[in-house]
Amino acid sequence: MVEPILEIKNLCISFFTRAIEIPAVMDFSCTIMPGEAMGLVGESGCGKSTVALAILRDLARIGRITSGSIRFNGRDMATLDEAELTRIRGSEIAMVYQEPMASLNPTMKIGQQLTEVLFIHEKVSKAEAYARALEMVKAVRLPDPERMMRSYPHQLSGGQQQRIVIAMALLANPKLLILDEPTTALDVTVEAGIVELVKDLGKRFGTSMLFISHNLGLILETCDRVTVMYSGEAVETGPIDEVFGAVRHPYTQGLFRSMPLLGTNRNSSPLVPIPGQLPLPHERPNGCNFGPRCSYFVDGQCNKAVIDMLPAGSATHLSRCLRIEAIDWDAVAKSAVANVPTVIGDNLLEVHSLKKHYQVAASELFGGREARTVKAVEDVSFNAREAETVAIVGESGCGKSTLAKVLLGLELATGGTASFDTTYIQADPIDKRTTKLISSVQMIFQNPFDTLNPSYSVGSQIIRTLERFDIGSTTEERQNMMLELLDLVKLPRAFATRMPRQLSGGQKQRIGVARAFAGRPRMIIADEPMSALDVSVQAAITELLTNLQRNSRTTMLLISHDLSLVRYLSDRVIVMYLGHIVEQGTTDQIFQPPYHPYTEALLAAIPLADTKAKKRKVVLEGEIPSAMSPPPGCPFQTRCHLKSNVSGGLCETVVPPMRVLAEGHAIKCHLPTEVLDAMTPVIS
Amino acid sequence: MLNFLIRRLGVMALTMICLTFMVFYLVNLEPNLRKLAISQTEMHASDEHIESWLTRNGYRRAFIERYAAWIGVWPKKPNIDTETGKPVSRFSYCSEPAESVFAGVIQGDFGCSTKFKTKVAEKMLPALRATGLLMFWVMVTMVPVALFFGILSGMREGSKLDRTLSVVSIVTTSTPEYVSGVVLTIIFGTWLGWLNGSAASATGDGITFYNFTLPVITPAIYGMGYIARMTRASMIEVMTAQYIRTARLKGLGFYAVVVKHALRNALIAPFTVIMLLFPWLLTGVVIVEVMFRYQGFGLALVEAAGNNDIDLMLACSLVSVVLVLATQLISDVGYAWLNPRIRVQ
Repeated sequence: MVEPILEIKNLCISFFTRAIEIPAVMDFSCTIMPGEAMGLVGESGCGKSTVALAILRDLARIGRITSGSIRFNGRDMATLDEAELTRIRGSEIAMVYQEPMASLNPTMKIGQQLTEVLFIHEKVSKAEAYARALEMVKAVRLPDPERMMRSYPHQLSGGQQQRIVIAMALLANPKLLILDEPTTALDVTVEAGIVELVKDLGKRFGTSMLFISHNLGLILETCDRVTVMYSGEAVETGPIDEVFGAVRHPYTQGLFRSMPLLGTNRNSSPLVPIPGQLPLPHERPNGCNFGPRCSYFVDGQCNKAVIDMLPAGSATHLSRCLRIEAIDWDAVAKSAVANVPTVIGDNLLEVHSLKKHYQVAASELFGGREARTVKAVEDVSFNAREAETVAIVGESGCGKSTLAKVLLGLELATGGTASFDTTYIQADPIDKRTTKLISSVQMIFQNPFDTLNPSYSVGSQIIRTLERFDIGSTTEERQNMMLELLDLVKLPRAFATRMPRQLSGGQKQRIGVARAFAGRPRMIIADEPMSALDVSVQAAITELLTNLQRNSRTTMLLISHDLSLVRYLSDRVIVMYLGHIVEQGTTDQIFQPPYHPYTEALLAAIPLADTKAKKRKVVLEGEIPSAMSPPPGCPFQTRCHLKSNVSGGLCETVVPPMRVLAEGHAIKCHLPTEVLDAMTPVIS
Repeated sequence: MLNFLIRRLGVMALTMICLTFMVFYLVNLEPNLRKLAISQTEMHASDEHIESWLTRNGYRRAFIERYAAWIGVWPKKPNIDTETGKPVSRFSYCSEPAESVFAGVIQGDFGCSTKFKTKVAEKMLPALRATGLLMFWVMVTMVPVALFFGILSGMREGSKLDRTLSVVSIVTTSTPEYVSGVVLTIIFGTWLGWLNGSAASATGDGITFYNFTLPVITPAIYGMGYIARMTRASMIEVMTAQYIRTARLKGLGFYAVVVKHALRNALIAPFTVIMLLFPWLLTGVVIVEVMFRYQGFGLALVEAAGNNDIDLMLACSLVSVVLVLATQLISDVGYAWLNPRIRVQ
């Protein structure tokens, strides 16, 4: 019989503060066989990273394993002394982290950081270490490996940095690789490349993997088995097909239901958020931790005693639920009732060949060279109508946030026009705009944690917004309006006196929404409104936004890189690349062929959490070019996989015109009509 | 890089002009000129006497003209002997020529010290050398010890070692030099007799451990606590950085992590502080030099200010500007070297 690489049995981890013991992980078990990839899914605060660090025995000083065992390669990790531990770390168990930039030492060259691993664990010569590191840099498919070795981390892009971290982890040929949210900070296309790489390297080196992620789609693409965690416990575990195909825990089911699946939209199948909130670690309920949020909860059964993992369907598929047999797992969620689509109104925003260029000196501090131009937005034309949701998608650096800034008046356009309700706004800075205009164009920000002033109560911040917008005449009137706004975003009125630090991420984002809707805006610009939130919270905020928008007939510009969300929320989609709109059309048109080659690559990059869906592979090569020196001709030509279909080098020389393919659907591409017509759907 | 240096030197020149102009204006205020005249003639000189001394020595010439002459873009005129009507040397003890010449800062002539009755250069150079020596020893003792303490306490925040060192640094840095100087002199000079409470002999006989330790230790102790606190804060921040975890999980031992990964990153912030301590030391030595009777820049500055010694004070201002801006330059270049994210282009 093959020995497992990692065997965790009934692991309990607690953090000890001066006052109390906070259990972070309880009764966690999991085994990983050689060459196997295990997925660990859960929302923030569920203890998944704590498990990872416990395996490496690198818990913070206040954290301690209170019971249970971790056996790695047949040895109990608890018995190892410091010297043995340092020997195992990096050579037998290696880790890849969430933020590659922060995980690399900013003052050491890549080469040094890589070869160091070999110097620590193997007595190798300098030349051999260098050769092996170089070999590994090539293996993670980085361009120009010699130059990479000489670079500092900040000279690399996020995706390249993560490849270096992976190379570093694999250098000593570890038996177990722990990946903690390795792609969370990266763009979808970059993420797809990293996932491809990890899968490939795992096969090639026979490394076992523990893949931690909150993204169910990624887990499905990379792992053989999966463990779902909730509030410090494993709630469901089993082979990936069984768990994804036949969910047997209400929490896992809730996760799936709160995620927009490709092919659904907000009208036909609204998301079902998980009600309530994650219990605080020291306030967990009796019995089932998920009980208070579970729609199948039965008093007296679920909250009586500690629940063990029980077999669910097969010997390998376990679930921590007493009612596995009693629940009808195939029933459709109760509140998933279809909505009537909203009627789209007249044009509200019209943007015509908008440009935004920045002049930057070669170096602010030591400058002296001539200034260069960053073409952040180059030739953007689109419109948005009343009550319509227009999504703007594209990788970081494509100009979508700059576009939002120009529309909000935080930046002034270099050329072109933008008219909002027949007024030209492209040259009005925010301090010159009328209060009416400011309150009618509002924004919801990406990070709810940074956008609330930590020293004022939530209510006073909303009242301040009302004052600024000249809404309401007396303090009492504004007080009432503020309370109504809290009702609107479904927060208890008692929250008015709370400070931002007392709120969870989702609640803060609700405050952000309340503030944006305070001035009864006609247009909302939502910049990645969900990306900082957990899946179940995302669903709730998404539903909130949809309902608010439906009732107030507000136009929404949704800036996002999450195509599932875009598909779900928007009526029309604009795909941007390097300051250009490369494709625009209704949501259905964008998600069906013919595609712009870039849209095709974006679609192929979405990790799907659906066992039935099949995806065509389109891997995007290279990096997004710098907006300081965009390529001549088509902006996408340096990475286009279909360029060979265009004759005469047209792509390299001429910027393609916007071609109308159907009513409302246009692409900026030279591809001949036959090629476009012959395209097959990416997802089927 | 060259461009950067040229611009920095330009800034330095401009700062010098502005500062010396201000100093020149202040020392030429009427009460200051009268004070100079009184100290240069006799204590009970009459108003006419003072006035004639000022006129004779050229202090009644146009302000701008005299400033330009000090810089060296206008000729310095000799005194005119009232009896013979012939030009005579202005300050004979400085052997100034009895003719109209360009002899300003640009020509390398810093003028004449009325207090010390010698050329400014002849007074300043030994004083600067003496102070330079003092500053060198202060830095040499202060910086390594401070960094060592800071790193030791920062690498394990909250440990017993950290708390002990923190208390020591806070105590030292909150004690001004004129207090610690007196306390140290009493302990080591008066009671124990190990060290000399005066550094006066250092000027003539050269420095020894016996006469030089107290002047070095007094400012060093104060700065030490300060740098140690800064280093500690920087080190604590670095030790919680994710790349430190990366290094640890690569399999590096604790001390290897500290030395190879934390040290350089932790030194970036204190480096700037250390560079800022040079200008602080230059003025800080005033107290120390006066207290220990050490013939250096600080003592010269005090004497110059007390006697309204115009040329000497201007020279002191120039030295300060050069030192402040030069350390800033070194700080910027060194910062770029320590932190590869900033590069001098």
